[in-house]
Parts: sequence; C-alpha cells; structure tokens
Amino acid sequence: MGSTQTFQVLNRGPGHTARLVFFVVLSVLLMFVDTRYRYLESTRSALSMLVSPIQRLATLPNTLWLQASDFFVTQSKLLNENNILHTQHERDSAQLIQWHSLLQENQQLRLLLALQQRTPFASQFAEIVYAERDIFRRKVLINKGTSSNMQAGQVVMDDKGIVGQITRVYPWLSEVTLITEKDHAVPVQVLRSGLRSVAFGAGDTSQLSLRYMPVSTDIQNGDILVTSGIDGIYPPGIPVARVEKIERDAAYPFAQIICLPLGGVDKHRQLLVLSATPPLPERPVAEPAPTATKSKKALPH
Amino acid sequence: MPYLDQNQPEILRPVSSLFIFTSVACALFLNGLPWEGLWLTLRPDFVAVVMLYWCTHKPLRVGIGLSWLVGLLADVSDASLFGQHALSYTVLAFGGVVLSRRIRMFDLREQTTQVSLILLLTYAVYALVHWQANGHVAWVYFLGCVTSTLLWAPMSALLQSMRQTRTDRE
Repeated sequence: MGSTQTFQVLNRGPGHTARLVFFVVLSVLLMFVDTRYRYLESTRSALSMLVSPIQRLATLPNTLWLQASDFFVTQSKLLNENNILHTQHERDSAQLIQWHSLLQENQQLRLLLALQQRTPFASQFAEIVYAERDIFRRKVLINKGTSSNMQAGQVVMDDKGIVGQITRVYPWLSEVTLITEKDHAVPVQVLRSGLRSVAFGAGDTSQLSLRYMPVSTDIQNGDILVTSGIDGIYPPGIPVARVEKIERDAAYPFAQIICLPLGGVDKHRQLLVLSATPPLPERPVAEPAPTATKSKKALPH
Repeated sequence: MPYLDQNQPEILRPVSSLFIFTSVACALFLNGLPWEGLWLTLRPDFVAVVMLYWCTHKPLRVGIGLSWLVGLLADVSDASLFGQHALSYTVLAFGGVVLSRRIRMFDLREQTTQVSLILLLTYAVYALVHWQANGHVAWVYFLGCVTSTLLWAPMSALLQSMRQTRTDRE
C-alpha cells in the first residue's frame, strides 16, 4: 500500500489545492504588476507572437469579405464618389491656400512675440485589424507595430478629428485606446471662447463629458472642442468633440456637459497615426516651502 | 443506469498532444472571430469549454498549470488585464479536475447541470476582477456563461466523436 501511495505522489506532483493556490496567487500578482507597473509589456509582446497567427486567421474571413465587396463596386457608384471627391478637393484646396498664408503669418507673429514655433507633425496611415472583444472596452488594434516605428502615446485621428491614442505596441500590431474609453482624458479648449478643460470618455456609450466645469461656465450647445496641446501628447488645434447637451443644475457645483466625438471613433477602418510630438521642457522643481503650513498645501508634483 | 452509457465506447484512443493543441488553437480562433454588439455579448467562451472538456476527460494531461498558460494567451489575444483570464481558467481547471470522475459518470444532459456551476464560478471570478478594476459589476458577462453552458453538450460530443472515429479507422 505504502509503495503505491509513494508512486502516486511522485507521479502527480503537488495536490490540486496547492496548484490552485499557487496559480491564483501568481495570477493576482501578474494583475497587480500589470495595473501598477509596466514591467510585463515585453512578456505580452512575446506571447502575442504565438497568438497573432491565430488572430490573423480569425480576421481573414472579414477581410476577404471586405475585399470581395470592394471588387464588386459598380461603375456608377465609383463615378459618383469620384465627383464628390473632386468638388471637395477643389473646395479644400481653396482653403488650403488660405491656410498656407495664415501659417506664414502665424509663424511671423510668433517670431515677433518670441513664442515657441508650432512644429508640424508627420502622419502614418494605418488600418484597423479588429476591435476589442470586451464589450466594456473601447479599444481597437491597428496593423502597424514596432516594425513600423510605432510608439505608445502616439495620437490616432481620422479626417474629422481625434480618435484615440496608442497605448500598447506589439511587433506588428498596436492597441489604440479610443477617446470614449472610460476615464480616458483629452485636454481640450473651446474653440469659441478659448476655455480650457479636459474631456473624459464616458465608457459604455460613445460620448465624452467635461468634468469639474462650474455651472456658470461660458459654454454653449454646439461649441467645438479642439485639443489644447498643453499636455505634450496631443498636438494643438485638432477637433475633438462637439458639445451636445448642457445641464446646469444649481443643486450641483458642476455643470453636466455631454459631448459627441467629431472623429469617426467607431466608424472607419482607415486611420492616421501622428508622429510623436517633441517632449515638453522639464517641469521646474518645486521650491522647498519655507514654512511647514505651506508645504502641506503644496501639490505632490 | 446513468453511469453505463451504451453509446459511449469503453476505450477511446489515447489523445495525442497535437489533438489537444489543435482543439485549443481552434477555440482561440473561434473566440477571435470579429464578434460585435449583441453577438459579442452572447458569444460563448469556446476556450473555457474546450479547456473544461480536457480537464474533465484527461485530468492527468491537462490540468491547472496548462489552463493557466492558455489563460495568459487568451489575455494577450483579448488585450485584457494580464492574468484575468488566467485566474478564471485556473478556477475552471480546478473545478474540472476535482469533479472529473463525477462528471464523466453522467450523460451529457446531466453533465450540463454540473458544468454550469463550474462555468458560473469561472465567469464570477472574471466579473469580480472586472469589478475590482473598473468599479462596476458587469452583469452582461453572465449571458455568455449561459451560452457557454449550452455549448458544453455539442462541444464535448464533437470532441468525443473525433476521438472515437480515429479508433474506428484503425
């Protein structure tokens, strides 16, 4: 009897409960490290190499369907689309000439005022491979990764406005967090009044909200929000959202402001990835406060 | 006699590792199809069902460790929190391995009720992590638990028949 028991122990290794506890602790540890620190990105991208062939295969039927439907487009539809694009191109080029002269003028004015020049940004074209599987997440994966010099933090937009930001880079894929993802923040400015604010994603729906704006704030329905550019991530002046609904209830200290994104956040397949903006100058080190009472009020950064 | 199913062959061919690997890869493929909207909500977790099948039918080959590893792969392919699927699949595998003999004694209909509890626990663990990370309980996830439970009978019948036909050929 004794020998069989020894045999079983040698054959099976540690018991099920011990294994359960070990792997549960390991998983919890991994989740903790993943949320708090960024040590596991290399492991993730190494494992993604194993999974990416399967993922590519899974998106193949959809891609083939899209390509097939592209192939069977009628000539009249193409001609119609071509006409529309022509008229739009002519209208845009007239505006572009104006824009060039304005750019020159702006640069000269900035030189005169000794302000920092706005740097032009290059963009790269990318296509959405698939959307996030989780129904509560607002993320998409695009077909450019570290092999195309993608970096976390780069801004993704379409022809209408900001769509999101690259948050994770794999060898051939990048994960884009959309601006409607819960708690995703974009520093914005109201185009009409120049008011600065931060637009947060609302999560479940395709909406954005401006938080912590006083009830008396100067904002109206239909106001366009553009990026303010003071964060060093989003280049300034790109359209983000339009104000849709404002609720000013005197019972609450802040107004509830709901905005809809201008960019096709969950519409298009083709996106533009902007090259990384130059880093901002270092934050000045906070001067040590002379008295103890002041040091308590000082901000942590 | 519930434990002596006449249709079920007594001896099945020993499962090759390639077969297990292929079935898990197929499950990852099915999970990775471009599901959207309502379909995504109702999508059963193919990987969980396949892993539960192997954990109950081959508990010495496929156990907690392998399920954890497959969970990590699911995490990477879903871009979810690193360890979220791994944790829930660990619980799933534990339930499957511990109850493996009991589950194999029943026929498919009775197995479904047994399996539903294990899957419910797995989804509960997943939802618990989601609640801790995001601050709200996602009840919609449990719709997927129902479809996963319904998938158990066809999926295990399919895998069982694939093992069986191989023996018939020889």
